[in-house]
Amino acid sequence: MATETLTLGKALNRGLRRALEQDPKVIIMGEDVGKLGGVFRITDSLQKDFGENRVIDTPLAESGIIGTAVGLSIRGYRPICEIQFDGFVYPAYDQIVSQVAKMHYRSQGKVKVPIVIRIPFGGGIGAVEHHSESPEAYFAHTAGLKVVACATPQDAYTMIQQAVASDDPIVFFEPKRRYHEKGLVDLDAPLDDAYPLHAARVVRPGRDATLLAYGPMVRTALEAAAAAEEDGRDLEVIDLRTLSPLDLGAVYESVKRTGRCVVVHEAPGNLGLGSEIAARITEECFYSLEAPVLRVTGFDTPYPAARLEEDYLPNLDRVLDGVDRTFGW
Amino acid sequence: MAKSDPAGTTRGRRAGTRSARPGGKTPVTGDLVQLLTPDGDRIDQVTWHDGTEYRVDFTDEEYRSLYRDLVLVRKLDAEATALQRQGELGIWASLLGQEAAQVGSGRALRTQDMAFPTYREHGVLYCRGIDPIMPLGLFRGVDLGGWDPNEFKFNMYTIVIGAQTLHATGYAMGVNMDGKTGTDDGEAVIAYFGDGASAQGDVNEAFIWASVFNAPMVFFCQNNQYAISEPLERQTRIPLYQRAAGFGFPGVRVDGNDVLATYAVTRAALDNARHGQGPTLIEAYTYRMGAHTTTDDPTRYRIASEVEAWQAKDPIARVRTFLTKQGIADDAFLAEVDEQAKQEALRLRERVLEMPDPEPLTLFDNVFPNGSPEIDAQRELTARYMDSFEGSAL
Repeated sequence: MATETLTLGKALNRGLRRALEQDPKVIIMGEDVGKLGGVFRITDSLQKDFGENRVIDTPLAESGIIGTAVGLSIRGYRPICEIQFDGFVYPAYDQIVSQVAKMHYRSQGKVKVPIVIRIPFGGGIGAVEHHSESPEAYFAHTAGLKVVACATPQDAYTMIQQAVASDDPIVFFEPKRRYHEKGLVDLDAPLDDAYPLHAARVVRPGRDATLLAYGPMVRTALEAAAAAEEDGRDLEVIDLRTLSPLDLGAVYESVKRTGRCVVVHEAPGNLGLGSEIAARITEECFYSLEAPVLRVTGFDTPYPAARLEEDYLPNLDRVLDGVDRTFGW
Repeated sequence: MAKSDPAGTTRGRRAGTRSARPGGKTPVTGDLVQLLTPDGDRIDQVTWHDGTEYRVDFTDEEYRSLYRDLVLVRKLDAEATALQRQGELGIWASLLGQEAAQVGSGRALRTQDMAFPTYREHGVLYCRGIDPIMPLGLFRGVDLGGWDPNEFKFNMYTIVIGAQTLHATGYAMGVNMDGKTGTDDGEAVIAYFGDGASAQGDVNEAFIWASVFNAPMVFFCQNNQYAISEPLERQTRIPLYQRAAGFGFPGVRVDGNDVLATYAVTRAALDNARHGQGPTLIEAYTYRMGAHTTTDDPTRYRIASEVEAWQAKDPIARVRTFLTKQGIADDAFLAEVDEQAKQEALRLRERVLEMPDPEPLTLFDNVFPNGSPEIDAQRELTARYMDSFEGSAL
């Protein structure tokens, strides 16, 4: 078994490489994905090894990237599109929600568009505006799209391959501030035996309250759970992994045990994933709840200037504050 | 309908075909390629500004077959409009006036070519061999498009303006990647759009993509002069075909009411594309004789004299005049075509009236190729809800 310690970014690169190796119809397209290897180097060396027809530097136009990917997929290709930054996806929004999401439904199943749209998302890297956003709710709200977020190198490696192998169109969110964090990755495990793509996972069992997070906030939630332990609170942490469809079976089971739940995400709270999750937990676990489901999220402001982002983003203290509030009910 | 292949088109960009025919060149007049005048007179050959020569050599049978398609397409369209007026369709987007642009370009496609339509290309759809009932399902609201795009090489209708030009271009990039260009049996791709769409970002992005990837593309713009109520002047300050130059590929304007010229120009552009010579923009200069859709009222934004002027350039009348003058068709043939069109329209009507509403629970079908537990749960809950009315008095 080949297990290596890789950064999350490098794990994505290895996963993409494996996807390119295993299916000649898989192609990568985006801005600067070729020679440069992408602004985050996620596609590093792939064009060199697979050629300009497999790893395509596109003109600088996001709608064009997704729109041509639709045509390529009708032709039988399986495009992986890189959107350079979260805040740059909006020019492609129409193609994603009006075309990619609806093609299979409109054609009564005759046309498949197995496109993966990779989006580095979230803040915490001190970037200028439009480089730190969390637009996942827009896509999770759109019927016909599946939305996932990876949080660890192992998941990054596995989930990107599962997304490429899926016939569903998938928006794949990558926690850009975790790109450089390392973890052990099993490189040889067969995809068929891997943990399912559209499944949440308990990443830390606990008894007293349930913390839900995805993408960059998984680590923050785990740190909060470690800190809470010192206060004598045993928190369960669940990495949601799939944002649409949500996989809440394990969440319901957990909340029925703990009676308390805090949802954490960087995106603004208003109509964010946390709102939907809170509503569903309320519907399913009403009689088990000791407190309302609480949310610890970004604020309902535009993403602020970098020197304010530490105040905007949920961090260890704000998560712990949320936990305190659920116990104070 | 016949899918004949009579082209005698020559095109300057193909090596060695630039030479003039004996008798000299006929330079383009009126800034568009025309091979059949509104009076029904044939022009043998036309030379476009860039030196490209266009001509067609159809047999008498092929001329008659073109005429038949034009008449059928118009009649079926009129029937659909009538069905909408009678409440059988929710809405209809009529192609009236654009028959030549659609039949000419549609028949220029070879079997292996792929087309990406807007929502008005009923004539192209017909030429692709698709059952003309199909778009009526969409406009009646029983489905969102019923044909198989891959089987007929004609994609689903696209209503978001211009979006399909990118799909076509991506498909054409795939043709290149598959190595299916550069030979006589290479594949070409055509994207239909209108003068309004020419202002869309997606269309301009498609031009760039097709250009830099040398995609085997034909951008077929039916300039019908109006984007709902807005006239061409609100979309462009130069003739649309001239836009191509800025993107690095040839543009040509054709009389879109001339089925022969439209055929010749489209066939030549498709053949260039299939031979690896990249994209062409065709501006088919035409006129939307009817409303934008059945919900529109064109009398609010255009004057009767303008419509009358275009009536004199009718795409079908000129073919009929030509066929009669040349003795290619007699009254019996014309009457037979009219009768066939009438019968097909009648059959279309009967079938529309028989079209059943879909089963309610099918609304949950085909959201995802791999399915979704959330959709499944909603289907089940809805089924249970519907079952709860079982046996109750309505």
